[in-house]
Amino acid sequence: MGDNLISVNNVSVNFDYQENFISKKQKIHAVNNINIKIKKGSFFGLVGESGSGKTTLGRAILGANKISSGNVIFHDDERDYDLTDMNKQDLKEYRKKAQLIFQDPYAALSPRMTVRDIIAEPLEVMKITNSRQETDERVRDIASKCRLNIEHLRRFPHAFSGGQRQRISIARALVSNPKFIVADESVAALDVSIQADILNLLKQLQTELNLTYLFISHDLSVVAHVCDVVAVMYLGHIVEMGPSRELFKNPKHSYTKALLSSIPSIDPEKRSEAIELKGEIPSALNPPPGCVFRTRCPNPGVDCKGGEIKMGLIEVEPGHWVDQCCAL
Amino acid sequence: MSHLLEVKNLDVKFDTDEGRITAVENISLSVDQGEVLGIVGESGSGKSVTAKSIMKLNPGNTSYNEDAEIILDNENVLQFTSKQDLKKIRGGKVSMIFQEPMASFAPAIKIGAQMVEQLLIHKNINKEEAKSISINMLKRVGIADAEKRFNQYAFELSGGMRQRAMIAMALSTMPKLLLADEPTTALDVTIQAQVINLIKDIIKEYQMGVIFITHDLGVIAQVADHVAVMYLGSVVEKGPVNEILKNPKHPYTKGLLQALPDINNLDAPLSPIPGNIPSPLDRPTGCVFRTRCPHHNPEGKDGKIEMKLIEVEPGHWVDQCGIKCGQNG
Repeated sequence: MGDNLISVNNVSVNFDYQENFISKKQKIHAVNNINIKIKKGSFFGLVGESGSGKTTLGRAILGANKISSGNVIFHDDERDYDLTDMNKQDLKEYRKKAQLIFQDPYAALSPRMTVRDIIAEPLEVMKITNSRQETDERVRDIASKCRLNIEHLRRFPHAFSGGQRQRISIARALVSNPKFIVADESVAALDVSIQADILNLLKQLQTELNLTYLFISHDLSVVAHVCDVVAVMYLGHIVEMGPSRELFKNPKHSYTKALLSSIPSIDPEKRSEAIELKGEIPSALNPPPGCVFRTRCPNPGVDCKGGEIKMGLIEVEPGHWVDQCCAL
Repeated sequence: MSHLLEVKNLDVKFDTDEGRITAVENISLSVDQGEVLGIVGESGSGKSVTAKSIMKLNPGNTSYNEDAEIILDNENVLQFTSKQDLKKIRGGKVSMIFQEPMASFAPAIKIGAQMVEQLLIHKNINKEEAKSISINMLKRVGIADAEKRFNQYAFELSGGMRQRAMIAMALSTMPKLLLADEPTTALDVTIQAQVINLIKDIIKEYQMGVIFITHDLGVIAQVADHVAVMYLGSVVEKGPVNEILKNPKHPYTKGLLQALPDINNLDAPLSPIPGNIPSPLDRPTGCVFRTRCPHHNPEGKDGKIEMKLIEVEPGHWVDQCGIKCGQNG
């Protein structure tokens, strides 16, 4: 267990759903039976389309969503935290150690607070610092690490561009000295020229501050560039998982293959090579039985056997896991 | 040969409380029938403003320069003032698809009713005919159960389907020019691939001209015939898509290409373009890109070189300051 920071064991998250007050209560299976281990100091990527359960899983790991079954263990230096069995005191401690960076830097920052107050707020709420002087010191320290000018601290968020705002959000997430960061689509709202800057900053902070990331994104080329390990999600299930180079060079699952081929190539001579997926992601209210990707699979009938094959990952190469329906 | 659309020396300025903002300066573009012109650039580069000028959709505080011309089908759109004339371009000869289809459909009116309404305005037909045209168009863009969807509201459709419905609506009046403003940005990659293929098929089938606005160079490579790269309201480079992406001359175009993570070359470092796009309130004089340009061409840095496109290869135009900087890097 020594080198893992997070162990996610058989985690499922369900939501109750009722269309109107007379209809039957149903369950939405947002996340199903997920097992992942996130190593200390790694950049773990989670990719998939909207509705695949990436964000729900990320929030479950942070303790922000109720976990319906299974458990999440955070291995700290001194002790382990079990997220499904935590009292208020533990949760407070955990919050200092696990933080979140949001997608939209325009919505995530309060327009009425100065940058200094935004970054200092976690310190005050979590009662980490004892004096204003100490707070200011930590704010200034983390701001300079995130390449913000000291003069910027007195200004309000409206004075900043998207890239600078995202740096403010990162500073706020890092000020409590966390070990684990969930970055949920943190570069999706940025222009390409700025996106590269933020990705480089995240990488640099990782080595400087010894961070472990769970990086949630729908953009495969970004994930391929920054992540060490990648898990591909579809309709609440992980369909393929492995070291990112291996996975992108040698994808096994037909969903991963289709996703990779859908990235528009920058080369105008390589047009329409995409394996086009028919239709859209099915509703999580009644997912197809057996392999969830069956309804859109470009080569069905391989041996899906009409949904008789249950979902389950098989190790095809060391560390490279593929759902058994496609692996067989 | 006359083009379907020709924009000549267009400036667009907005009067705001903080002063006059130059959103677009001295832009010249042309689109032929059956051709896709891609416009790329970061947010704030004036892509959408340029497109909206063609339909005169910019807000009341907009002013255009007097010698600008937007010639569509041999008529200068900028001279249009009467409702009758504007109706011809808005939804008649020109249609627009927007980024966020949820925001473009009225939420409380059925999709079918919205499609029929615009057909009745632009075509001399009755309701029954409009309904059958609409349903056929919905089928054409690949919506299953078109009759059922016709009677549904926008919120009942998924993102990809809404964008298809939007395309169906834009095409049902048979426009000569289609303006597509980031039509795939809000979609997942798999759905994006479907929508791109659909748009390409439709262009072939109806032989319309298209202006395709996006910030994604990959999408541009897939759909466009010609590309114009915009930065802070100016076109810094334009030409055939192959030329621009394989043989870029301007440091900004090069910077955009280097900042893009390439899945086929994972060892390449991601190199951001330094700095931020300046506020249009203090637009640099001379070359607009000089405040972020990584190659310090001394003259260009002082802002002494005016913006002017020069033809470096047949059809490939680059800003004159950018040519010099481009040679240094």
